[in-house]
Amino acid sequence: MDKKTPFYDKIVAAGGRMVPFAGYQMPVQFEGLMAEHQKVRESVGVFDVSHMGRVEVKGKDALAFLNHLVTNDVATLEMHQALYTPMCYPSGGIVDDLLIYRLPDHYFVVINAANNEKDQVWMREQAAGFNVEIIDRTDAMAQLAVQGPKAEQVLQRLTSDDLASIGFYHGLETELAGVKMFISRTGYTGEDGFELYFPAEKANLIWDKLFEVGAEEGIAPIGLGARDTLRLEMKYALYGNDIDKRTNPIEAGLGWVVKFDKPDFIARDVLLKVKEEKPSRRLVCLEVQGSGIPRPHDVIVADGEELGQVTSGTFSPSLRKGIALGYVRSGYTKSGTELKIRTHRGEVAVVIVKPPFYKEASHK
Amino acid sequence: MANVPEELKYSKTHEWVRLEGSAATIGITDFAQGELSDIVMVELPKVGREVKIEDSIGVIEAVKAVSDLYSPVSGKVVEVNDALSASPETINSDPYGEGWIAKLEFADPGEVEKLMDAAAYKEFLATEGH
Repeated sequence: MDKKTPFYDKIVAAGGRMVPFAGYQMPVQFEGLMAEHQKVRESVGVFDVSHMGRVEVKGKDALAFLNHLVTNDVATLEMHQALYTPMCYPSGGIVDDLLIYRLPDHYFVVINAANNEKDQVWMREQAAGFNVEIIDRTDAMAQLAVQGPKAEQVLQRLTSDDLASIGFYHGLETELAGVKMFISRTGYTGEDGFELYFPAEKANLIWDKLFEVGAEEGIAPIGLGARDTLRLEMKYALYGNDIDKRTNPIEAGLGWVVKFDKPDFIARDVLLKVKEEKPSRRLVCLEVQGSGIPRPHDVIVADGEELGQVTSGTFSPSLRKGIALGYVRSGYTKSGTELKIRTHRGEVAVVIVKPPFYKEASHK
Repeated sequence: MANVPEELKYSKTHEWVRLEGSAATIGITDFAQGELSDIVMVELPKVGREVKIEDSIGVIEAVKAVSDLYSPVSGKVVEVNDALSASPETINSDPYGEGWIAKLEFADPGEVEKLMDAAAYKEFLATEGH
């Protein structure tokens, strides 16, 4: 039996077409993927992301534990700042990619929905020997992403705090529509926008308020379909597609969030070796020349040789052409390299481009 | 609830057929376009092609999915809806009208007999768990 998020009734009433996703009933779309995608790129949209996992990590070893657990450097976090980071197995394979916030008396970790249970088991296993407490807050809290160039002006109507003062990947403990909550300037769309974390029982109130004050901007609910096309246009990795336990952060292009100059962490030596010896393959951005839409598992070829597979592929609503991410053997990974993808409709010519695919986003 | 016009015939792969004499106009059903959502590309069959029932005669690409178009009857393709190349989303907005895909001269009236009528297709949609 799939779970429901605190917004389930509101979402069904708004016309969400529900599908099972990561153990929840989630909307794949409302009025239509293309329209929803455009809405976020041009104005503002609301995503229910309450299906994500949320945990608090507290105790005197919280920082030391997290810095051992993940590859990015948690010690660099200022108060209310957010950090994007992979979490690796000793093999270098990726357990998950996470968002970690520093709050006054704990760290707050946001986990991919499909990995919530697995991650929490993994985190508790790794916590042996550390004086930490890991508290599951998934069900107690609601989480919304309000994304788009007009997100700030809409949210500003609900709070007296100055939202313009919140920097990218920073947050604020505020009161919004009378509800105490934590908000941060983060998201998964490439557009400016915020994520809101608040008690689950306030879900209906916040949802209604957002749609009331955002009416002028035509604020709209957005489904998982557009969430995927928006993130893919930015080359944001999706766990389960582009990264998983068989991929490491270096080959996935996440070397920028692996900090070898911090104290020892899980998979440090393995990842350092990969970096020094150069990975045997890399995740690249592939743009279709002409028509054709690559799909996951399509084979990437050059000179009749198989070089790798597509991990994510879609029609890009913004670029009006097919785009894909895929792993390609080293030697073929420079931007400008012309390759082919074997799609359902035959071979399609693609070229490797520099990320992101979509370069006009209001936040990069 | 998907729209299922009474006067059409239907295949199990969600194509519809409109019969006029020995001509069969075909397209995909409202249910099918809804499942695919946002159609962005259509590969049409070639005029003059001889096709057998259930042959893949085209491809429909949506943002998130790709689907083959299967011929609901055997026969010869006599006309295709070229307007779909420029505006494939017409299939989403008007699947039984402007979103028609091809016209065939059908070869075997017996095959046409075996297609589902509207009542049977509605029942099929219900029992398939949709």
